Parts: sequence; C-alpha cells; structure tokens
Amino acid sequence: MSLWRFAWASLRSRPLMTALTLLLVALGMATVVMVNLVTRQFDERLARDASGIDLVVGAKGSPLQLVLSGVYHLDVPPGNIPFSALAQWRANPMLEQVIPMSLGDSFRGFRLVGTEPEFIALQGARMARGRVFESPMQVVVGARVAEETGLDVGARFVGNHGLAMDGPSHGDATYTVTGVLAANGSVIDRLVLTSLESVWQAHDHGKPAEQAPAGREAHADHSDHRDHSDHEAHDDREITLMLLRYATPLAAVSLPRLINASDRLQAASPAFESARLVSLLGMGADGLRAFGLLILAVAGVSVFAALFQTLSDRRREMALLRLLGASPARLFALLLLEGLLITVIGVVLGLAFGHGVIEWAGRVLIPRGEWPVTGLAFDRVELASIAGALLLGVLASLLPAWLASRTSLADVLANE
Amino acid sequence: MPDLSASDPAGTGLRIEKLVFRRGDQAVVSIEAFAMDRGAHALVTGPSGCGKTTLLSLIAGLLPIQEGRIELSGEDLGAVAARGPQAMDRFRARRIGLVSQQPMLFGMLGALDNLLIARQLAGLEPDRAACLGLLSQLGLEGLAARRPSALSRGQQQRVALARALVNRPALILADEPTANLDDEHTAQVVRLLQDRARALDANLLIATHDARVREHFDCVLALPGQPRP
Repeated sequence: MSLWRFAWASLRSRPLMTALTLLLVALGMATVVMVNLVTRQFDERLARDASGIDLVVGAKGSPLQLVLSGVYHLDVPPGNIPFSALAQWRANPMLEQVIPMSLGDSFRGFRLVGTEPEFIALQGARMARGRVFESPMQVVVGARVAEETGLDVGARFVGNHGLAMDGPSHGDATYTVTGVLAANGSVIDRLVLTSLESVWQAHDHGKPAEQAPAGREAHADHSDHRDHSDHEAHDDREITLMLLRYATPLAAVSLPRLINASDRLQAASPAFESARLVSLLGMGADGLRAFGLLILAVAGVSVFAALFQTLSDRRREMALLRLLGASPARLFALLLLEGLLITVIGVVLGLAFGHGVIEWAGRVLIPRGEWPVTGLAFDRVELASIAGALLLGVLASLLPAWLASRTSLADVLANE
Repeated sequence: MPDLSASDPAGTGLRIEKLVFRRGDQAVVSIEAFAMDRGAHALVTGPSGCGKTTLLSLIAGLLPIQEGRIELSGEDLGAVAARGPQAMDRFRARRIGLVSQQPMLFGMLGALDNLLIARQLAGLEPDRAACLGLLSQLGLEGLAARRPSALSRGQQQRVALARALVNRPALILADEPTANLDDEHTAQVVRLLQDRARALDANLLIATHDARVREHFDCVLALPGQPRP
C-alpha cells in the first residue's frame, strides 16, 4: 500500500468531485492542444507553400486574394495579366526566377494549373513515376490528386471550366497524364500541372478562364484568334499571375513599388500577406488559446477546491495517518500527490482528446485535405503546456497540503 | 500524586516517573510513579475528564512531555521526541498499537489495505501473508477486501485491533474500547485484547471508566477526578 495507491484510493472515494475536476483539467488541456496543433500546422503550411516565392504579380485587386489564389490555391484570382509581361520581367536583372501561372480550370475539384516545369522544383517536389509534361495537353498530377481521382500515367481526362466541382466540362480538350508527383505535403499535392499552352488550347483563345469573385465563368470574351500564329502576330495571350524570386535583396525594396505603379499589374508579398492573414486569424486563435488557458486556470482552482473542501471532512483521516506514524511531511506529500495525480490524469486525457479530435478532423472533416491537419504531431509549446498544467496542479495543492500537514492530532482525538 | 507501581521496576515494559501535564495552570495529569513489567496488563480508570485520554496521548507521544519521564522498553520517550517529530512518529508506529472507542478505519480501503498502510507508514515490509494471517486469527477470514462500510461494527473493531497489532507493538493502548458495547461484547473485546497482547508479549493499557472491565484486571491505575476550571 504505497502513498500513490492511498492517494488514488482517496480520490476514488470521491468520484463526483474527482470526475468533475478531471473533466476541467482535460478540457483545458485539450483546448490548448487543439489550438496549438491547428495554428502551428497552419503557420507551417503557409510558410512551406510560400517557400521560394518572394513576390506574386497579378491583376489589380486584393493582394491577399492574389496570394491566396496564386500561392495557396484557395481563392479565385483577381483577373488576368498580359503574357507579354512574363518576358518583360524575366529580363529584369533583379529577378532570379519568374514562373508564370494560368488558373481557372479544374478536374473534380482539383485545380488545373498552367505553368512551367520549374514550378515543380520550386515546390521541392519530385516525380514519383512518369515524366514531366512536355507538350500541350499533357499533365502531371499531384499525389493527392492521383490518390483521390485514380489518375495515373497514361490516363486521359477532360477538365472543367472554373474551380468548382460542378463546372461545365471542356468536352473538346482532353488531357493525358504523363507523370505523378511524389507527396511532399505542400499545395502541389493537390494540383494538376500542365503547360501554359494547354490552358490556351483548352480555351482556344489565349486566355485562362477568368475567375471573378462574383462567380463570373470562363470564356467571358472570346477572341477571334484560332491558332498560335495569330498570337505571334498579335499577342493578346494572357496568364493569371507570375511567381517571382529575387536575385538581390534590393529587389524587395524597389520591385513591388515599380510593379504597383503600372496600370494593370499588382505585386503582393506572400510573406507579408500571409502574416496579415495569420494576424487576422491569430486574433481568433489567441482568443481560443486564452479560453483554453482560462479553463486550465479554472481547473487549477477546481483542484484546489477539491482538496481544500474535503480537508475538514478528512481531518479524522489525516489524524489517523499521523497516529499510524505518518509525519507531517508525509501528509503534505499525500495531498500534493492527490493534486498531482488528478492533474496528470486530466492532462493525459486532455492530450489524448485534443490530439484525437484533430486527427479525426484531419481524416474526416476536412475534404480533400485542402488544409490537412494531423493530431500526430508534438512540439515544445505542448511540452511547455504540459509542464505549466502540472505546475498549476502542484501550486493548487500546496495550501491544502500545508494545512493537512498541520493536522493537530490531539485536537482531533479530543473531538473523537 | 498516586504511586501505583505494579511491581518491581527492574525490567519494566512501561515506566512513568513524576509525570505532570498541565493545561494552563491546571495539572491535567499528575503521576508520581507507575511501572508495568513487560507483558503486563493494566487498567487506567477514573471519571470523565480525569485525564485518561491525555495520559494515553502522552504515552503515545501525541502530546509533549512537559515534566517527568515515560520509558517504554527502556527507551525514554522524551529523548525520542527530542530527535524530532519523525523519530517520534516512527517510534509510535512500530512500538505502540492504538485502539480507540471508534474503529477509525480508512473508509476507502479494504480490511487488508488498512493493515498494509499501517506497516507502510511504520517503514516495514508489506508482508501480505502475515496480515492475512492476522485477519484470519481475528475471525476475519474472507473479509480482507471488504471496506469498513461492508463490515459489521464488531468486524470493524476487530480490523482496528488487527491494525494495532500488525507491527507487533511492545505496548497496546486502548482508549474506551468497550464503550457502547453490551456485556457479552465487552467481555469478548477485553478477552481478545488480552489474548493478543499475551501472544505478542506486549503490555496492554486500557483507559476506561467502564466498571465491567475492572474485573478482568489486577493492576489498576486510578486517576483522581480533576476540578473543572
């Protein structure tokens, strides 16, 4: 019969109080864990997807919308820009890399992105099988796309107008899968990549489908061009945006201003815009985190109340322990153990619940893994939260433990 | 001060000399000399408030010795207490078995665990077999896992007695163990206490104002009533 077992038996003898305290500790811990898991993975995802991209250049509009559509593939782009801008900015010595991107079509909800093979390297992805697209109407599919749609090398499909699942199909434009990318956990996993020419060919007029925020559908303004020779003669081809990488830090100072000064182009920094987004969402996350900490604090008070309230009922028990040879220090340790035990169990339950809920949400609730989250991740913040909760449990137990250690044997016995 | 030395002090189990315990100006306990041979049994009697429980508390080291001397098995309790509260707690746990009017068991523990915790607090090996054997000797076979609430009052009292004996004490102190018991159960409890004390060769000191217990003892320490302030 160790002191641990005695403490556990003591807690079990007060099941309602113990269960309520456990529930509070577990809820507080779970809230902190869930908020931490989601915000951390959100931040990591933002940073990973924007890695290597210093600036996004697209049509005038909302810079956040431009970044969300061009980097994270979450929103519709604000509009199109002239294809001629690509050559113009590629010639700029302050830029190391410029990758064009044409958006607007999709396949079963996965975005079809017209771009160049360099985009694959920019995202740090590699081929799992097959080869990179080389000719128009050839595509490389991301790992998640392959997994969900069953597309594999050699498969053929027809894309849909727009980014929604139910957009009208491009009946006359059939794509062929030439390669499948290995999963790397970034946005590229859920993209279908093809060349710019494929997009132009699918739309047959040199413009990617425009995705206006109001839901305007593609093919808003057909041109009369029927072949590429027309484009060469009078190039009105368009792309949606460009991803820029600076060659020099000086570019960060001068380029955005220069681009924004033009009539049709807008520059948006993924780092700045995602920080703005995080700060906007962060207010909510901070609120939730504060709520979790508040519950934990209430749980601490509850641990204190659970021990303190029973002290008067347990004077006889404490006196009996003293009679049997327990020193005041041992009574102190016993109450501390009870507080710690209830906190440890609550923390373990909270961790299990928090991680379990996030893992479940990652698997079931978030369709297509657009913002995949996993509950199977741990970090230092969580360790600090655990340590903090345990410290809270110890602090909450100190006063009851001290009072228990001062149990006056003679007084208790005199009242027996 | 009564001088009630039971026998030759040489080789005594319990020895009290010039013991005075005061609350304020009033001496609650005052004993010139009292001694018990090892294994001897004695009764402490007197009217309510005469200091019986206080005397037992002093012998058990639950109250500080203000004046005089108490020796148990040759050890001076004052000297033990001077070594610190932990030394006194350990001494009490190992050398003294306490039985009170109320069984005072841990309600959330089974009968066996009530014995095991007493061994653990005394710093002794758990020895489950010995504890089970003791419960069996006291007629509690098969009740080891039962909590006090599932035992009769008599069974609870026997578990409490088993716990007082589990560390093989040199002295058993019983405070009003027969209060509220009928004649038959009073005789049973006294006989049980005497039998177990004899089996351990331990001293037995019972504090009671129950006249029915008197006939079972040759040695009696009668404390005079104290004037109430």
